[in-house]
Amino acid sequence: MAGKPRLHYMNARLRMEPVRWLLAAAGVEFEEQILESREDMEKLINDGSLMFQQVPMVEIDGMKLAQTRAILNYIAAKYNLYGKDIKERALIDMYSEGIADLNEMILRLPIFPPDEQDAKITQIRERTTNRYFPAFEKVLKSHGQHYLVGNRLSKADIHLVEVIYYVEEIDPSLLTNFPLLKALKTRISNLPPVKKFLQPGSQRKPPIDAKTLEEARKIFKI
Amino acid sequence: MARKPKLHYFNARGRMEPIRWLLAAAGVEYEEQFLGRPEDLEKLRNDGSLMFQQVPMVEIDGMKLAQTRAILNYIAAKYNLYGKDIKERALIDMYSEGIADLSEMIMHLPLCPPDQKDAKMAQIRERTTNRYLPAFEKVLKSHGQHYLVGNRLSRADIHLVELLYYVEEIDPSLLTNFPLLKALKTRISNLPPVKKFLQPGSQRKPPIDAKALEEARKIFKF
Repeated sequence: MAGKPRLHYMNARLRMEPVRWLLAAAGVEFEEQILESREDMEKLINDGSLMFQQVPMVEIDGMKLAQTRAILNYIAAKYNLYGKDIKERALIDMYSEGIADLNEMILRLPIFPPDEQDAKITQIRERTTNRYFPAFEKVLKSHGQHYLVGNRLSKADIHLVEVIYYVEEIDPSLLTNFPLLKALKTRISNLPPVKKFLQPGSQRKPPIDAKTLEEARKIFKI
Repeated sequence: MARKPKLHYFNARGRMEPIRWLLAAAGVEYEEQFLGRPEDLEKLRNDGSLMFQQVPMVEIDGMKLAQTRAILNYIAAKYNLYGKDIKERALIDMYSEGIADLSEMIMHLPLCPPDQKDAKMAQIRERTTNRYLPAFEKVLKSHGQHYLVGNRLSRADIHLVELLYYVEEIDPSLLTNFPLLKALKTRISNLPPVKKFLQPGSQRKPPIDAKALEEARKIFKF
């Protein structure tokens, strides 16, 4: 009875990519209904499939789940990537939220006009180097374990490694002073389902280009 | 051994208010450490108390928890306001995130430059009337129960009722066509711990005034 989860979004990373990463890391196969036009978006809206007329939306286990965090939390809980108790979950949530803040800055970067790009990139570099990477390096150093929380894989590790890849796309040298983060990235990347997801031909999406950005503006009316 | 949770924030609603509401609704007493001067925030940062150098931060059960959602999720789970299983949690999360999106718009309104305020206000009204309130009225209508999820009180009800108070502050007539939401607001407001929280002298914070906003801008440098 259980069909594969079906992801409704456009053919871009933006807000759906963490969901793709998490499902992939959990070894869960999923389908994608790609929105290619404003008409596709409006059809979903008119169908009543989108609680707040927005995507991401994921059909999973009989639900039409909207809101990225609701989707991620459900997947994490279902596939045991959410810690063993509420205190571990609190740490996982705190870490995931910090990662989401950095990811949001990176995600939004292409939206800014050319004359603001440098300032935005500088801010991303500064926050990565002085706020976010040190915080997570410190966590790994504090317990010396292979995963951020509870000595086992959780959504926090997946989200962090995803964002480390994005930081590397901006500037690989940003990872220089963070040996434990580099080791985490390698370790997680070598987990078989993640390794598979990182290979060409997977459902992982490339960085946004001008054409896709234009498409996003039309589909999402921004 | 269990001390009261201690909330670290500015003496204003801001990002801490949903936490105050949730603790109050759960009948949990808490302390507040207000950041009154820029040095107060610096001290917390230098102490290493703030994982990402940001507030809200709540000391609870031996943790220094940062990130609003991490804090709210923990409180909800601890005090049984998070549904009975992961599917109820998914709905509660989806609803809570929609509420958070509208709350964010309302929270940012005072920070808006004067020449953009009218447009922002119009957008808030439009989203309230056409997107968010209809979505929640529809949920209540669909099952006819007294609470949004699982026929019992959850954080989603608390967050929604808090939001309805803010919508009313903007314009009471925005609630006109939503009888089930009005009934929910009355019902939740009459729960003894909520009723107490709504009375003068509680830890509930008033709408921000120009002076308080200036103070926040100095402390948080925004």
